[in-house]
Amino acid sequence: MTARYSWRAGVGFAVGAVLLFAVAPVALSDFRLSLLAKYLCLAMVAVGIGLAWGRGGLLTLGQGVFFGLGGYAMAMHMKLADAGPGEMPDFMQLYGQLDALPWWWRPFASPWFALPATVLLPMLVAFLLGSLVFRRRVRGAYFAILSQALAAAMVILLIGQQGTTGGTNGLTDFQGFFGYDLDDPVNQRMVYFIVAGVLLLLLAIARQLMLSRYGELLVAVRDSEERVRFLGYNPANVKLVAYVAAAGMAGLAGALFVPAVGIINPALIGIVPSIEFVIGVAVGGRATLLGPVLGAVAVAWAKTALSEEFPAAWTYLQGLLFVLVVAFLPGGLASLVRMVRRRRPPPDPAPVSPAPVVSPQEVRA
Amino acid sequence: MSGLVVRDLRVVFDGFAAVDGVDLEVAPGDIRFLIGPNGAGKTTLVDAVTGLVKATGSVRFGDDELLGRPVHRIARMGVGRTFQTATVFEELTVLQNLDIAAGAGRGALTLLRRRRSVPVSVEEALETIGLAGLRDKPAGALAHGQKQWLEIGMLLVQDVKLLLLDEPVAGMSHDERDATGALLRVVSADRTVVVIEHDMDFMRSFANTVTVLHAGKVLSEGSVAQVQADPAVQQVYLGVS
Amino acid sequence: MTVIVSQLFTGVSIGAVLLLIALGLSLTFGQMGVINMAHGEFIMAGAYTVYVLQKVITDAGWSLFVALPLAFAVAGLMGVLLEVLLIRRLYARPLDTLLVTWGVSLILQQLARDIFGAPNVQTRAPDFLTGNIKITDDLVLSNNRLFILTLALAAVVALTVALRYTSLGRRIRAVVQNRDLAAVSGIATGRVDRLTFFIGSGLAGVAGVALTLLGPIGPTMGTNVIVDAFLVVVAGGIGHLKGSVIVAFALGTLQSLVEYSTTVSVAKVLVFVAIVAFLQWRPQGLFTLRTRSLA
Ligand SMILES: Nc1ncnc2c1ncn2[C@@H]1O[C@H](COP(=O)(O)OP(=O)(O)OP(=O)(O)O)[C@@H](O)[C@H]1O
Ligand SMILES: [Mg+2]
Repeated sequence: MTARYSWRAGVGFAVGAVLLFAVAPVALSDFRLSLLAKYLCLAMVAVGIGLAWGRGGLLTLGQGVFFGLGGYAMAMHMKLADAGPGEMPDFMQLYGQLDALPWWWRPFASPWFALPATVLLPMLVAFLLGSLVFRRRVRGAYFAILSQALAAAMVILLIGQQGTTGGTNGLTDFQGFFGYDLDDPVNQRMVYFIVAGVLLLLLAIARQLMLSRYGELLVAVRDSEERVRFLGYNPANVKLVAYVAAAGMAGLAGALFVPAVGIINPALIGIVPSIEFVIGVAVGGRATLLGPVLGAVAVAWAKTALSEEFPAAWTYLQGLLFVLVVAFLPGGLASLVRMVRRRRPPPDPAPVSPAPVVSPQEVRA
Repeated sequence: MSGLVVRDLRVVFDGFAAVDGVDLEVAPGDIRFLIGPNGAGKTTLVDAVTGLVKATGSVRFGDDELLGRPVHRIARMGVGRTFQTATVFEELTVLQNLDIAAGAGRGALTLLRRRRSVPVSVEEALETIGLAGLRDKPAGALAHGQKQWLEIGMLLVQDVKLLLLDEPVAGMSHDERDATGALLRVVSADRTVVVIEHDMDFMRSFANTVTVLHAGKVLSEGSVAQVQADPAVQQVYLGVS
Repeated sequence: MTVIVSQLFTGVSIGAVLLLIALGLSLTFGQMGVINMAHGEFIMAGAYTVYVLQKVITDAGWSLFVALPLAFAVAGLMGVLLEVLLIRRLYARPLDTLLVTWGVSLILQQLARDIFGAPNVQTRAPDFLTGNIKITDDLVLSNNRLFILTLALAAVVALTVALRYTSLGRRIRAVVQNRDLAAVSGIATGRVDRLTFFIGSGLAGVAGVALTLLGPIGPTMGTNVIVDAFLVVVAGGIGHLKGSVIVAFALGTLQSLVEYSTTVSVAKVLVFVAIVAFLQWRPQGLFTLRTRSLA
């Protein structure tokens, strides 16, 4: 059983790798490939949401916060690297309010600080917030609303601190990525390959988490938190792991989004984008491994395709997607796939028919 | 084995004392039945012992004071319970249910790895509760009685020393009751058991000692025969209700 | 001294706005447990009701007073429609309700954009609300703030009376406390739900009318207020009107006092931190409705 699983997973990962690393770069133009890189970044966030929400029941409407933390951490580093040692980033000089770099910008000059920070900073914030709210059994809708409020608060803070955060414009106009010129298509491709590789890595991590004993425990907590407590576990810790993992994934996604797309700003991380992360997951199938990824890419692609020419139509469609999928197909498209599969006879019928029920008395006799 | 000692236990909901100064001693290895009319405070008593509701007084299991500790800590001290309505993890299989119950002490590394083999205790419990053939079925698909057995099985693998069962045979067929009773005998061999029940036949067949609760207070206590002969009990069961 | 008093007044009037936008939610979310993200768009609908009405009734004073009941009815009917078409199917899935109603709110926003245009529009305030009342030289209370405060308090009183002393109110509370028991006692729970939703959504419409007095209105105005509204109800506690009232005024005052010493954005963030801290202390909100469910 386990062997079959990992065999299939191996093939799946191989197919995914071939598609991402061999087919896509050949089949797609530079422009489309960089679009795909953007979608794959969004898909990374979706992997985390699938884990936290699909498996853990934690509807987090504030993943934009973690995406943003990762993104800003990376962007700050790239800005400082562009400016050169000891210099202030261009936008700060433009606003001209500051004489020196703010203290909290300084450590980001070092890649040794900035790179780990893109992941660890979001995880730390998730850990702090999560330990507070989960321990006090704030859950369900309360948790969803709090996480959404966090996104709102972060955006307000970013916009309010225009001089040091770039305000509504955010951070943009990057020239280099660790010494490589980002205008060069070859380097853009390299960024794409990194993004694709990281996505596969995150999928592997999520898969391990879902299939492990922890994954089973997470589902148990989702379905009956109190019951788990009576078995001697602290559900707060179980949820915390999923939440922190999802935050780390979102942070990494944000960090790669910056070189891939060239911008990070409050409009990308507020309430609206945060909840848009969720719709892709719902469309694809919240409790599955691949569903969130495919759903996120499909929704992002549809958005690009439609929203430029027919912005109104796109908003209606997005609204309808929320309504129809969540209300009438809560398992997402993955549940359709499963239904089709069930029609066909199972490949190995051996373990299907259960042994007759033995009552405890018969066992004793 | 340890016994349960409850002293002057009080649970108050908005001024209403659901458990009103209960003293209770359950000897190690006893099968104690807790009976009483609806609303007597039986479930609330168990809630207090397992940490679900706030209470005053004292609840000692062995040498440990239970009151004031969080639910999961009490569970780790070897106190387990079932619920009036069976609660199992419906989307997980029987095996997964048991495996989770068996694993509260697992370290992070074990948790993050996959289950390669079925733990011995789980295998044994599957046999004991008679669900070995259904191990890969989702627990949600089990019959009502089977869910109750699964819950008891979860307590077994959890390796609790004190079992608190809330109406384990409610809604069961006659055969299922007998099977449950037999199961009770098996599990009580090296554990202290407290059973809440309304079913008097079931109590007569399987109780060792009985405590009658009424309006949050202990009304009577003793062997089945003693309790049945107690006029106060007859008054509550026949006179009032 | 006067500074503090005038900041307090600002706080109270911020609180009044919070209260108005949260009051309907404290009914639909607080009493029924429905997370309706389209509540903000019902507020928007109330605001646009004023805008449309002023095309017919040019006198700003009259239009305001006609708009109050009309917006109540418009938003209320939208709420009932939403309840009947979607929410009713989702009572067992509160988190999914949140996402579904978010979709509805997107659609309603786009409808507003298509009908009224994307840019914000301005409504006219009646003359008697444009002035101020001068208490002392430093302490000036603006009429429209006072009006909103009065409106909020009137809405609270009306709602309290309705919940406490009418048979509908008794039935609503019965359904909140024990749906099954209410059903077997002969209460048509479905109808009670719809009525509750009508009133809760209608109150959003009234809040929308009030918001027209404070600034321009636009398709996204609902999104801007919905989070605040939910926070008020969450911190106030499910099933308790007075919790929402107290929290709304407390948050308003906090916001205005912090704003005075720092900036608006810092104040907003601090308010959020305050709520998280508050929930550490009272995870169920200020007032709790005790139930026995295990979940
Ligand atoms: N959370 C609570 N809040 C308020 N009152 C409660 C709560 N839990 C229980 N009660 C009340 O406490 C009393 C005792 O309830 P309990 O469930 O313990 O009775 P019981 O003996 O288990 O009854 P049954 O045989 O019906 O299960 C009842 O009157 C009940 O209404
Ligand atoms: Mg009971």
